[in-house]
Amino acid sequence: MEPAAVDIVDLHFSYPDGTPALCGVNLRVQAGESVAVIGPNGAGKSTLLLHLNGILRGQGQVCIFGVRVQDGTLREIRRRVGVVFQDPDDQLFLTSVAQDVAFGPSNMRLSEEEIARRVHESLAAVDMQAFGDRAAHHLSFGQKKRVATATVLSMQPDLLVLDEPSANLDPRARRQLVRILRGLPVTKIIVTHDLPYAYEICERAVILSGGRVAADGPIDDILGDGELLDSHDLELPYGFAVAGARS
Amino acid sequence: MSGAHHFLTEAQYGDSLVHRLDPRVKIMGLMGLTVVSVSTPADAVWAFASYLGVLLFLLGLSRLPLVLVLRRVALVLPFILMVAVFLPFFGRAGGGGYNVGSVRISGAGLLVLWNVTAKATVGVTAMTLLASTTSFPELVAGLERLRTPRLFTLIVSFMYRYSFLFVEEFRRMRRAMEARNFQGRWLWQAGIVGHMVSSLFLRSYQRGERVYLAMVSRGYDGSMRASAPLALRRADAAFITGLATVLLAVRITA
Repeated sequence: MEPAAVDIVDLHFSYPDGTPALCGVNLRVQAGESVAVIGPNGAGKSTLLLHLNGILRGQGQVCIFGVRVQDGTLREIRRRVGVVFQDPDDQLFLTSVAQDVAFGPSNMRLSEEEIARRVHESLAAVDMQAFGDRAAHHLSFGQKKRVATATVLSMQPDLLVLDEPSANLDPRARRQLVRILRGLPVTKIIVTHDLPYAYEICERAVILSGGRVAADGPIDDILGDGELLDSHDLELPYGFAVAGARS
Repeated sequence: MSGAHHFLTEAQYGDSLVHRLDPRVKIMGLMGLTVVSVSTPADAVWAFASYLGVLLFLLGLSRLPLVLVLRRVALVLPFILMVAVFLPFFGRAGGGGYNVGSVRISGAGLLVLWNVTAKATVGVTAMTLLASTTSFPELVAGLERLRTPRLFTLIVSFMYRYSFLFVEEFRRMRRAMEARNFQGRWLWQAGIVGHMVSSLFLRSYQRGERVYLAMVSRGYDGSMRASAPLALRRADAAFITGLATVLLAVRITA
């Protein structure tokens, strides 16, 4: 049997000042799934995300495609797990878009031709192929977000992790990103509190609350349970209903 | 984001033969011109005239608008003025010179003023030409290929990239303060400006951390590969040999 894309067992993490952020998280994500990790601010969503590629290391066990996150495996893990951070300006730091997209592959010590090919493919995947020579500060926010996604796609990750992908996007940019994300044939974990957005991309939802997994199930069931959402300080936008809305 | 461009306009402007030269030969050639000019004795007036002639020729080729160039070269004026202010204190003993009212300006003093003016003008014009015909990424790539340490070029390109965000953040903060009737004009408001600066510092610091995290997530291990190699073309070779010949000829005879 193929190993799970993500297998987290009893993960605990406290920040250096003693604030507990994760208190025994168990989560298993199968390869090919799209999972939304939802929860109020401060629930530990971003902390959990940073454990997926070993930037933070708590007590417990994190395995990615059967490989345990530990000192010797970080290079392999970071190749397989692509993290798109919330603020694209954090991810685009070089002088041109193409250089930024080439950054990951060049850290993987790929050949020049292979890097060039991947830059081209990744920019095409996010409809930004015409922008390779541009500087990041010339792009709109939505364009930056797409390029930030490309900087990760160029590493050809098996697991794509996105932190608040819809934050600050206007409706059109939001729609474009949904279309792009839905078209990517990789395992996806989307960390967000934008519930309709999660609903569009994912089939499963996990509520993280107080550093624990409070609920886990098909996204229709989770988002359809008003009481459950309410008890974790989440709510669907006014007028939004889940039942039958799925096309 | 676009608002930041009012503050930090790109130095590069237009397109021409000079723009398309390899950044390496432009850096070497124009830096070389500056160094040679600085090393030229002040009394070789015609040598400076030739340097300026070369620069004017290149400016003509580059088809940069004259106003733009003059505005950038005008940056030297304050420095020349500084020197001019101190003129009366230079070597009174020297022969020649003039009386301006009750102040005596010596010949030696005038020579110093000329020296500073000529060399600064040549240097700043050369750098203006370089910056106005070369994009920032090209400039960095050129420096890299000329064996500038990678660490240095990285820091410079980070500075360039994030200066836009920094200016934008500063403007947002200012606007938010102005919206609450803060003008930042009076001495007793200095404390608030201080808070603003420290808050900007903290934000930049946090930004730096997040950028680093995003880099590490993509497998960054402390080493950066250099950018793609550049290839010298015939025009580049012609530019650098032509310039070197003229400079050497002028400098040796000066």
